[in-house]
Amino acid sequence: MNAMPAEAAAGTSIVRIRDLVKDYRRGAETVRVLDGLSLDIQQGDFVALMGPSGSGKSTLLNLIGGLDRPTSGTLEVDGLRVDELSEGSLGRWRADHVGFIFQMYNLLPVLTAERNVELPLLLTNLDRQQRMRRVAAALKLVGLEQRAKHRPRELSGGQEQRVGIARAIVTDPTLLLCDEPTGDLDRKSGDEILTLLEALNAEYGKTIIMVTHDPHAAERAHRVIHLDKGMLSEGPG
Amino acid sequence: MSLRSAFNQLVTVTAMNMRNLPSRVGTSLVAVIGIGGVVAVLVSLLSMGEGFRAALDLSGREDVAMILRGGSPDELSSSIGREEYNAIVIAPGIARDARGPVVSGELYSIVDLPMRSTGTGANVPLRGVGERGPELRDGFRIVAGRMFRSGQNEVIVGRGAFSQFENIDLGREVKWGSQKWRVVGVFEAGGSVSESEIWTDAVVLRGIYRRGNTVQIIRAQLTSAEALPVVRAALEKDPRLNVSVRSEKAFYADQSRILLALIKYVGTTIAVLMGVGAVFAALNTMYSAVSSRTREIATLRALGFGAAPVVTSVLLESAVLGLLGGIVGGLLVYFGLNGYQATTLNFGSFSQLTFAFTVTPRLLVTGLWYSLILGIVGGLLPGIRAARMPVTTGLREL
Ligand SMILES: Nc1ncnc2c1ncn2[C@@H]1O[C@H](COP(=O)(O)OP(=O)(O)OP(=O)(O)O)[C@@H](O)[C@H]1O
Ligand SMILES: [Mg+2]
Repeated sequence: MNAMPAEAAAGTSIVRIRDLVKDYRRGAETVRVLDGLSLDIQQGDFVALMGPSGSGKSTLLNLIGGLDRPTSGTLEVDGLRVDELSEGSLGRWRADHVGFIFQMYNLLPVLTAERNVELPLLLTNLDRQQRMRRVAAALKLVGLEQRAKHRPRELSGGQEQRVGIARAIVTDPTLLLCDEPTGDLDRKSGDEILTLLEALNAEYGKTIIMVTHDPHAAERAHRVIHLDKGMLSEGPG
Repeated sequence: MSLRSAFNQLVTVTAMNMRNLPSRVGTSLVAVIGIGGVVAVLVSLLSMGEGFRAALDLSGREDVAMILRGGSPDELSSSIGREEYNAIVIAPGIARDARGPVVSGELYSIVDLPMRSTGTGANVPLRGVGERGPELRDGFRIVAGRMFRSGQNEVIVGRGAFSQFENIDLGREVKWGSQKWRVVGVFEAGGSVSESEIWTDAVVLRGIYRRGNTVQIIRAQLTSAEALPVVRAALEKDPRLNVSVRSEKAFYADQSRILLALIKYVGTTIAVLMGVGAVFAALNTMYSAVSSRTREIATLRALGFGAAPVVTSVLLESAVLGLLGGIVGGLLVYFGLNGYQATTLNFGSFSQLTFAFTVTPRLLVTGLWYSLILGIVGGLLPGIRAARMPVTTGLREL
C-alpha cells in the first residue's frame, strides 16, 4: 500500500515527494531503485525509514538531503523544489537546511571535536568568536563540552556520534537526516543517541528522518515507513 | 558564496590534506624525489651551458683581433703565408711598441690525451704561440714550472687541461706522432679557453708540421676595441690579402653557438622526457592521496563545501610537493656540482674545452618554476577526479 499523499495528513509538510524515480546505471543495465514513490513528512515529525538491505533507504535519504538527484518526479523541502536546484546551489542549500548524521560518524580524524563541529559554520559569514560560541552550545547540548579538544580516535563510538550530531545541528538546520545513526553502536550507546534525537525533536522541534534496521530504534520514532522493491508502505512493520 | 567562506573552505580542506601527509610520507617522497631528480638534471645541464658560456666569455677580448684566412670557419682550416703575415701586422689599428707590432702568429693542432675521469682518449688542442702570445691573454701566468724555451720541444699546459688529462705531469715526457715533448710548466689565463690548451713555440710546431713559413691565425692587439673596423677596412682593401677579421670575443661567440644550442636542445629534451615521468610519479602520489581521503572529501561536500576548494587544495599540495622536489634538486646540484670542473667537446674546434659547472640563481629559479609546473600538472587530474566524484559514491567508501 502506498503512503497517503500530503492532502490527507494534518499540519504543514516540510517534505513533499511526488512520483519520485531513481535509476542507477550499472554498466549497460539500468536498475530502478525508487519506483515512483510519493511521501509527505510533517514539520516536527520524527520518522523512521525501514526496509531490507538494498531497498533504497539511503538512496531516498540522500535525495531528500540534496546529495543526489532524482531521475524523475518532484521533491520539495520547505517549499523549495530541491530537484530543480543547480549543482552549486545544492551545496549551499544543504549547508543551510540539512544536517546529516552518518552511521560511521564521518568525522575528520585530524580535527578535534570542536573543529569538526565548526566545519559547517566555515561556510557561513560568522567570525571565529561567533563560531566558537555556537560550537560550544552544540557540544553542550550533546553533553560533550568536556571533550571539545579531543580527537575522534580519543572518543568512544557513542561520543563520536554525539560529535556528529553536534555538527549536524550547529547550523540549526530544517531537517536532520540520519542514516543508521546507531548501526555501529552497542545497545546502550545507541539508546543514548536515540534519546538525544528524541530530545532534539521534542524540545527543539527538529524534523528527523532516520534510516534504521533496528525495530527497537524505530519504536522511538513517531512514524515508521517501510521501503521495499522501490515502494513505500506505512505502519509498524 | 562569500570570500570568507571560500577562504575558510580552502584552508580547511588544505589543512586536512596536509595533516594527512605524515601517513603518506612514502608516496609523497616518491613524488618529491622524482621531481627533484628532474630538476637536478635540468639545472645541471643548464649550468653546464652556463659554465661553458662563461669560459668562452672570459676568453673573448674585444681589443684583440682574430685574423683568419677569408672563409675559414675555424683555426684548423685557416692558413696565412709569410708575405700576408708581414702585410697584416703593419695594418693601422694594430698596437705596436718598441719590439714591434703586438701580435702572435699561431698554429693550432690537435693531440690525443687520456682523460683522467675515464681513461679514454680525447682531443686536446696543441697551440704554437708567437713570442708575444702570452701578452695577448688576460691574466696569463705560469703557476708551476716555467715557460717553454723557444726552439725546444717543450710544452706548457693550461690549468684546465692539466686537471682533466693524464700523462702531462710536470717534467714528464709525452710522445705525439714522431715527436717527444717535455712538460715544463702549467699556466693559467684568467679562466679563459686557453686554459684548456697545451702551448709550445710556434716556430717548433711549424717545423714539425712542415708548414714552411705559414701560420694559421694571427692574434693582434688592437690600439683599442674601436680600432677593429679600422683594421678590417685596411685589410679588406689590400688586394694581396684574403682574410677575415673578428674580435676575439666575436670569434668565440661564433665557436660556442653550436654547443650552446646543443646543450639547450638536449637539456630541454631530457628535462621534458624526465618531466613526463615525474608528472606520473606526482600523479600517482596525488591519486593515492585523494583516494585515501575519498570519504572525508565526500563528507565535506555533503556538509556543503564546494568543488573548487577540493581541487585547489589538491593542486596546492602537489605544488608544494613539486616545489620541495625543486628545492631538493636545486640544492643537490648547487652543492654537488657548482664549480665542478669538467671538459666537453667544443664543437667549434673539435677539441676539449674545460669549464666549470656554473649554477646561477637564475638557473635555480628556472628549476623551481619547472618543479612547480610539474607538481601542478601532476595534481590536476587527481584534483578534478576528487571534485567530480559524486558525494553519494564517496560516502559509501570505507
Ligand atoms: N551510486 C550507485 N551506483 C549504482 N548503484 C547504486 C548506487 N548507490 C546505490 N546503488 C544501488 O541501489 C540500491 C539501493 O542502495 P541503498 O544504499 O539506497 O540501499 P539501502 O536500503 O540503504 O541498503 P542498506 O540497508 O544496506 O544500507 C542497491 O542495490 C545499491 O547497490
Ligand atoms: Mg543504506
